[in-house]
Amino acid sequence: MQFEAEDQGGRSRFRLSGRWTVEEAAALEARLLKEARAAGGDVLFDAAGIEAMDLTGAWLLRSLERRLRDSGRRVEWAGGRPAQLEFIDSTEAGSAGKAPAEPADADGAHRVLRELGLRAVHAKEGALDLLGFVGAVTAGYGRIFGSLRRLRLTSIVRHVYETGLTAVPIVALIAFLISVIVAYIGAQQLRKFGGEIFVVDLVTVSVLRELGVLLTAIIVAGRSGSAFAAELGTMKLNDEVDALRAIGMDPVEVLVLPRIFGLVIALPALTVVADAMGLAGGALLCWYLVDIPFGQYIERVQGAIGEMTFWVGIIKAPVFAVLIAMVGTLRGMQVRTSSRELGLLTTMAVVQSIFLVILADAIFAVIFMELDI
Amino acid sequence: MEPVISVRGIVNRFGAQVVHDGLDAEIRAGEVFGIVGGSGSGKSVLLRTLLGLQKPASGSVRIEGHEITRQSDRDLLAVKRRYGVMFQRGALFSSLSVAQNVELPIVEHYRIGPALLRELALLRIRMVGLPEDAAAKYPAQLSGGMTKRAALARALALDPAILFLDEPTSGLDPISAAAFDRLVLELQKGLALTVVMITHDLDTIFRVCNRVGVIVDGRMISGTLDEIVRDDHPWIRDYFHGERSRASRGLAGTDG
Repeated sequence: MQFEAEDQGGRSRFRLSGRWTVEEAAALEARLLKEARAAGGDVLFDAAGIEAMDLTGAWLLRSLERRLRDSGRRVEWAGGRPAQLEFIDSTEAGSAGKAPAEPADADGAHRVLRELGLRAVHAKEGALDLLGFVGAVTAGYGRIFGSLRRLRLTSIVRHVYETGLTAVPIVALIAFLISVIVAYIGAQQLRKFGGEIFVVDLVTVSVLRELGVLLTAIIVAGRSGSAFAAELGTMKLNDEVDALRAIGMDPVEVLVLPRIFGLVIALPALTVVADAMGLAGGALLCWYLVDIPFGQYIERVQGAIGEMTFWVGIIKAPVFAVLIAMVGTLRGMQVRTSSRELGLLTTMAVVQSIFLVILADAIFAVIFMELDI
Repeated sequence: MEPVISVRGIVNRFGAQVVHDGLDAEIRAGEVFGIVGGSGSGKSVLLRTLLGLQKPASGSVRIEGHEITRQSDRDLLAVKRRYGVMFQRGALFSSLSVAQNVELPIVEHYRIGPALLRELALLRIRMVGLPEDAAAKYPAQLSGGMTKRAALARALALDPAILFLDEPTSGLDPISAAAFDRLVLELQKGLALTVVMITHDLDTIFRVCNRVGVIVDGRMISGTLDEIVRDDHPWIRDYFHGERSRASRGLAGTDG
């Protein structure tokens, strides 16, 4: 073993041997504590048998030595003190050698109060951030309308491509499947009244007014809202945003507005795709399950569509687009220090933009109801 | 005595571009070995190869007798415990405090109680010359010089035998750089480390390096500082005999 104590007439001789390294640290620490308590009188260390000692081992040995000294015992070294201990002494000499006091954890009521206060402060900061961001974006719009050169067309086209075109397959597939499900459930229920033909109305109205745009917005929030937050957040961490400012470019104008414009173009376009695929899904199921041939389906769809049905759906798309893009970019710009923050804020971007989209949809529903559309 | 690190005939290429073309190097125990080379000469690729982060197209790298180019990841782990790395921009984990950054490698590899763990982390933090209140700080709150020191503390976490430093003084003012160089020397002597550093800083080379390896034309020319300074390869001559270099050598002379 690394450590043998031997009583020599009122004085303990500690014979050290073996490996004093970080691998053995846990075992060494436990033993040293015990030995330090057990041994009485003065101590003579004999380090001749030590095969290997690293910083951790040296630290443990030095701690033992100090603990013995502190308890008023004389400590001596047979054959010299190991150089590693001397080295630690020399590096420790310049510092206080005391661990910083951890901030004491407040208890009970204090902790609740502290937590509450922290949240209030964060909420205030968040609200100010949001206000400032909306202001900056609005000012950005103003500048763009002042000089169209500031409208970064290349950038907008890129975002239309990334958020719109590349999302077509997934949006189309999901719209198709959901409308198949709606048609299937509708057919089952309506069959009880012998009104299977109304499945067409159900699918048409629900897809065009609600499902098409809502599903598209949720998919886009998941795909592009997160991408916006992650991209801008990484740029913040790399000081790229500061670099833009230093060059004299406005990050809102360069990074935020093109994303908003891009999505405002892409989301309505995607909604049209979703609407079309939803109607196609309805047609397939009506033909398969309710025996409505395609020609009759089209006729029935035309009967079901009111003057405004399609527009009621599509008008919501740009609003949702602005919400998703603003939340995504705002959360990205809020990243300041760490990669963990980036993850949290990206998550927040997706969750909040989906929530806001659904909230806005509910508000639209109330407005349309009042307008009797 | 067998060299601590022995590199034989390393070839690294990316597509058609050959970075290393039969590079040899030998690093001996207890020395400070400086790796020098022009931008794009493959210093970082060489470092990644030495660390086992990148497998060379051919050639062998032996660290303390272990051939790391042909080792499984699990065997490589044993080698990785023997070295510490300080990356150029620190590469501190941004979501962990400085103390947690230093504790992380220790916790990952060894079973150590929380109190001793914190002590060992603080010991290293003090050892690299950081004030103790830096321990609770997060990387984003540190200045450039403190980031370097914190990264050095983390590199020392596992009591390594070999310390790799990637551009240790880049981005530091000359005074901080000189202080950092002294720190590296002190630690190297006190902890009996073998230090391998990539550096552009001539002051650093003259202050701390025993031997230097220069990467030119995909190979390495290495030797003691005196030998290298006298080498007549055009790039090496330009590098060591430019105006900057003469000033540095003068400096190192008076600096001791």
